[in-house]
Amino acid sequence: MSTDTLEQENVQVKESEGLLSKRRKRIVSDPLNDDNPITVQVLGICSALAVTTQMKPTFVMSLSVIFVMVFSSLTISALRKLIPSRVRIIVQLAVIATLVALVDQVLKAYLYDVSKLLSVFVGLIITNCIVMGRLEAFAMGNKPYDSVLDALGSALGYSWIILAVAFFRELLGSAAIFGFKVFEAIGIDQFPTNGLMVTPVGAFFVLGLIIWVQRTKTGYVEH
Amino acid sequence: MQQSNGYIIIFSAILTVVLGGALAIASVSLKPAQKKQVELDTKRQILSAVMDLDENANVIDVYDNRIKSVVVNYDGMIVEKDEEGNELVAENIDIGKQYKRDSLERYYPVFKFMAENGQDVESYILPVYGKGLWDDIFGYLAVDGSFKEVVGVTFDHKAETPGLGARITDAEVQERFQGKKLFDEVGKLVSVQMVKGESGNPSIYDEYHVDGLSGATKTAQGVNDMLKNYAGFYQNYFNRINNGEESTTSQVIR
Repeated sequence: MSTDTLEQENVQVKESEGLLSKRRKRIVSDPLNDDNPITVQVLGICSALAVTTQMKPTFVMSLSVIFVMVFSSLTISALRKLIPSRVRIIVQLAVIATLVALVDQVLKAYLYDVSKLLSVFVGLIITNCIVMGRLEAFAMGNKPYDSVLDALGSALGYSWIILAVAFFRELLGSAAIFGFKVFEAIGIDQFPTNGLMVTPVGAFFVLGLIIWVQRTKTGYVEH
Repeated sequence: MQQSNGYIIIFSAILTVVLGGALAIASVSLKPAQKKQVELDTKRQILSAVMDLDENANVIDVYDNRIKSVVVNYDGMIVEKDEEGNELVAENIDIGKQYKRDSLERYYPVFKFMAENGQDVESYILPVYGKGLWDDIFGYLAVDGSFKEVVGVTFDHKAETPGLGARITDAEVQERFQGKKLFDEVGKLVSVQMVKGESGNPSIYDEYHVDGLSGATKTAQGVNDMLKNYAGFYQNYFNRINNGEESTTSQVIR
């Protein structure tokens, strides 16, 4: 009898957990700052360096990563009890690769100019450690809804960092934001653009500064 | 049960079919839209060698109004049918495929940019193709009616280094070629050369040299070779035009 009531209580607790309970809010908000995949876990760096020369391709890249992460987490989490553990990595890879190929096809059909700018980097989402890391660490052991929230959190954490990097790189390297010439608009015609910002080296500087500021604020120390 | 070999094989087979099927459907249904985008992009590239196109310009309309195209062979003869008797359309010729053939056997598309009156040729736009540092580079070279002066260029690439060799796609780099000369006074082919190094000062170069790409000397070298090669390949055709003997043949001349 006593075990029955306990179980019922458990069920009660689960049912009463709101769509955005405190725990679930933390799942989404943690990767934005305290557990950011780029600045704290230092994952997904290569694409952060490569695609962030301009805001527009960076924005499209962010959307692509959000799409791939959310749907791969959803798929893997829904199938988690069916996936044989011996081939789980290859299953995860197959799902990610399929979604990435889909994104690539859609970009080629409707955003051809951006897909040319992003070139190989959309394909390289397959090897982005953030995607597979979250599948392996979270989606394999949690329910679909939680996994989607977790994926969304990590993808947004990735997105805001690369958008921030792209903002400074495009502003200082090309004197523009989303292709709009900001400095010309406010009357500075001869803004000296910084060629370094256009190269991947510039991304290292901006990223390093962001990491510095963030760790000073949160007090995070690497052990 | 989930660890048995049979389960793993069946699971993998089903997964492959489902994922493969999804990709196949996407690929088939998106193909027309992708083809249209590629066509639009080609026409935009051809036009932007001679004019500034803003983002909202109706590329197809401008192209249809201003461009007339022909296909020529190495000897400068206009060719209308290929070896198998199929009609040759300049827009459909894959320059990458032609590049793999011997230069004497290639088909060379010529895009004539017509003046507003529709009668005179304002400039000729010629596709060019070559090797960069990592992979192929390609683009369009626009020349004036006498085939002496460069009106403009557009370049594109498959895999040059972002920020270094990939800068050949920058408008700022392409503008350097405007007004440069391909031939000297006696009609000998000189072509335009990107120098090694980058000074940022265009005024120090003569009419056959332009500023180079700092950190991308090999890509710049590829651009130089590409321009010189193709200026040579098209030379016979322009000699014929300048001598007033532009002629048409429906057979391949060998």
